[in-house]
Amino acid sequence: MAEAVESPGDPGTTTPRPLFAGLSDISISQDIPVEGEITIPVRSRVREFDSSTLNESVQNTIMRDLKAVGKKFMHVLYPRKSNTLLRDWDLWGPLILCVTLALMLQRGSVDSEKDGGPQFAEVFVIVWFGAVTITLNSKLLGGNISFFQSLCVLGYCILPLTMAMLVCRLVLLAEPGPVNFMVRLFVVIIMFAWSIVASTAFLADSQPPNRKALAVYPVFLFYFVISWMILTFTPQ
Amino acid sequence: MAAADELAFHEFEEATNLLAQTPNETTTRSDQLSPKGHVAVAMDSGGSYGAEDEVEESDKTVLLQEEKQQPGFWTFGYYQSFFDVDTSQVLDRIKGSLLPRPGHNFVRHHLRNRPDLYGPFWICATLAFVLAITGNLTLVLAQRRDPSIHYSPQFHKVTVASLTIYCYAWLVPLALWGFLRWRKGVRERMGLYTFLETVCVYGYSLFVFIPTVVLWLIPVPWLQWLFGALALALSAAGLVFTLWPVVREDTRWAAGVLLSVVVLLHALLAMGCKFYFFQPLPPEPMASPHQATSQPPATMLPPTLPRSVAA
Repeated sequence: MAEAVESPGDPGTTTPRPLFAGLSDISISQDIPVEGEITIPVRSRVREFDSSTLNESVQNTIMRDLKAVGKKFMHVLYPRKSNTLLRDWDLWGPLILCVTLALMLQRGSVDSEKDGGPQFAEVFVIVWFGAVTITLNSKLLGGNISFFQSLCVLGYCILPLTMAMLVCRLVLLAEPGPVNFMVRLFVVIIMFAWSIVASTAFLADSQPPNRKALAVYPVFLFYFVISWMILTFTPQ
Repeated sequence: MAAADELAFHEFEEATNLLAQTPNETTTRSDQLSPKGHVAVAMDSGGSYGAEDEVEESDKTVLLQEEKQQPGFWTFGYYQSFFDVDTSQVLDRIKGSLLPRPGHNFVRHHLRNRPDLYGPFWICATLAFVLAITGNLTLVLAQRRDPSIHYSPQFHKVTVASLTIYCYAWLVPLALWGFLRWRKGVRERMGLYTFLETVCVYGYSLFVFIPTVVLWLIPVPWLQWLFGALALALSAAGLVFTLWPVVREDTRWAAGVLLSVVVLLHALLAMGCKFYFFQPLPPEPMASPHQATSQPPATMLPPTLPRSVAA
């Protein structure tokens, strides 16, 4: 590099030289190593990450997503002031929960009277369209939560009610009677309250303070309807 | 929100003052137009004070017009303007619909040019679900009296209830609004409500049916009719007191017909819900089959059918 510094000083002193003539003197000699890594730290880390997820085994990919879903389940069961559900939203958890709930609530009976409980499609439609309606309502009221974050929170907070459905199905294997019904009623009420508390812990902060009740009431109605469907489930 | 109301009124007064002032200015200018020199003098004789005033006022009118411009219906902000209510406002409107008073127009006193869609939408949703759920609960009560009645969740009633309530609460105001607009075309002195205000009036008037439907669980027939009549009276009174100032300018005959049709439709809705969702209970454990046959389809199976025994 010393050559490059010196040579521009030369032109114009002794003889008139053509323009840019000195550039040919700046030669990259063989013994100066030019190759090497352009080490911009952030970029190289991202590139490492990308290539590693391409090469990892399928089990790793699936386990990573399952662990993320499981972590969010824990956040719903023990609601704390944390941003995990909001920041890293995903819709896998709500889909798993909704499908499980709809499968368990399905009529499945031989008699095809139209008087029965909800079909799979009806549960699915109620859960997803209910969640979309509540999200639209909360955004129209001026909340600053994004569409998919709100869907994620509402879907994950169905977890306590899905657990209530499992318990109800187990309890229904015993003999029917008023005790049976009281146990199911108690479990469903507890889980309904848990769902409401969990979802309000995440959603209430995104609303302006004089409209919180307006945004929370539809959530209450939504989980009430799902609890009603769980409570009135009768196996054929 | 009360502060925002005051601000809105102030701006409106200023705008009306400005609009009142500008005609005077144009008339003075037009008077002075023929002699050109006078025009210049008139503009100057107002003084720099006058010119500044004009500039300021024109700025203000431009600003006011920009503020009043609504976003287009394809933007999200357009629909957000229909949900611009607070909790206290919604509660106040619900209270206003529960206690109608003769001189107290719901639209003018409670809505105050800010109709919202939150109330009608969620009141209709609540009413539809409460109807279906309590209708199902009466079947539970019936089964306790007559164990041969087969209990089923009857989920299709949710669909029926929500379709009925939403169609009533949105199509009937549309028809009413259309009819009022037509009458206003015929007799110009009539007042008019916007479509949203009509929807609001109907939506909030349905609120009184929610506790009534829950009270219809009490299996005493005369009490059920009493509650139903009370709810219908409150609700229809609210509608009539709101519509009367608008309809009063019309001929007696047209006003009478309109109001009675409104009340009749409301009564039909209440009675239809009562008969479809709430079956009379069997009086004693020995239920007679002929009671069941007079009801709309498929909820109380007569004990003779083998299906109920097999379940």
